[in-house]
Amino acid sequence: MMAFYFSRLVEIFPFFLKGLWMTTQIAFISLVSCTLLGFFLGIFRSGGNVFLKRIIGVYVAFVRGTPFVVQIFIIFFILPDWGIQLKAFPAALLAMAIMGSAFICEIVAGGIESISRGQWEAASSSGLTLFQQLRLVIMPQAMRVILPPLVGQYVLLIKDTSVVSVIGVMELTRVGWVTVVRIPEGLMVFSLVGILYFMISYPLILLSNYLERKMAL
Amino acid sequence: MLADFNFRIIFEYLPLFLQGLQSTFLISIVSLILALATGIIACACRISLLNFIKYPAIAYIEIMRSTPLLVQIYFLYFGLPTLGIRIPEIQTGILALMLNSGAYIAEIIRAGINSVDPGQLEAGVSSGLNYIQRMRLIVLPQALGVTVPPLLGQAIVLVKDSALLSLISVMELTRCGQTMTSERFMPSEAFFTVAFFYMCIYFCLKALADWSQKKLIFREAY
Repeated sequence: MMAFYFSRLVEIFPFFLKGLWMTTQIAFISLVSCTLLGFFLGIFRSGGNVFLKRIIGVYVAFVRGTPFVVQIFIIFFILPDWGIQLKAFPAALLAMAIMGSAFICEIVAGGIESISRGQWEAASSSGLTLFQQLRLVIMPQAMRVILPPLVGQYVLLIKDTSVVSVIGVMELTRVGWVTVVRIPEGLMVFSLVGILYFMISYPLILLSNYLERKMAL
Repeated sequence: MLADFNFRIIFEYLPLFLQGLQSTFLISIVSLILALATGIIACACRISLLNFIKYPAIAYIEIMRSTPLLVQIYFLYFGLPTLGIRIPEIQTGILALMLNSGAYIAEIIRAGINSVDPGQLEAGVSSGLNYIQRMRLIVLPQALGVTVPPLLGQAIVLVKDSALLSLISVMELTRCGQTMTSERFMPSEAFFTVAFFYMCIYFCLKALADWSQKKLIFREAY
């Protein structure tokens, strides 16, 4: 029986590759948007404007304090109440962007705050504008602190894409879930899904470890 | 938007939510304790010098860290019955959370142990302490301080991860929100209430984590 199911699984393997492609798409788009949004928010979070700081703080607390599934449900079920109809795929991307940017925002803010005040003062007394201070003096130093946890966060985000399967996006986990109904070999089906995830996220874990060693002062 | 937010229905469903909260709480505590035990054992194996103990531990930790929790939950949920093991969903869920968090906790403890300066171990050797004594008297007291704040961080992650158990129909907080949505079709009320309860747990644990961090910095000043 096992062998029979195995041959069935080999037959429908292209289906898994499709799921993998979908996961890759979601992961790639959301990582790019999370990074951009996260850096943007993180810079303001560590900046001087107290009001903006508080607002971003509330946003971050809300996102970090609630499970990702609940956030997805809120976006997918509640936005239509407010007149915003989203299909599953854009809703998934939106949820990923909101969740990821809050985590990246904290990493970036932590990195910027780790740079001593004297660096800002020296940069501003050299006549650099605020943007130049950030770009030429602060950020290059802060990146050493930001980069290792950022790559670690990327791994977590890629793994979190599995959760968007709950609203019916046909990504890898969803493919496994649909398959296990037809091929009742849970161990086999989800081992395959696990191996495919492993192939994406393990290289990033190695990169994160490498960066941590390299950037250690 | 919020003008037609129906508080009456939330109060009507409050007993259900409190039950869900209690269930989330219990699941988290039990899996945290089990994960701590798993983590300590996995870490002990990971830093062992014997290869046949060390490599399985590495494999376990790396596999757990590089596959999504949801896949692990489904793996156990759909996989255990094919092995002839039939246990209730809640136990499957706790098992998945335990194995997942255990791997992260093993890495947290290892980082704590590695944070102790090797010179101190050498000093221990030359004072005539054996391996167990060095661990007990020199490494662990110092490692504990470094380990506690990230462990509390992991506890926060664990509470949030327990929401995924709703997908294998464990009756916890998120599942209560789903139940209320399907019975009354009021997703805003349901999921904002669920989010509110999770935030309560989050803020308590966060305060604890910040407090322990402050204590830790105080101790480092010596």
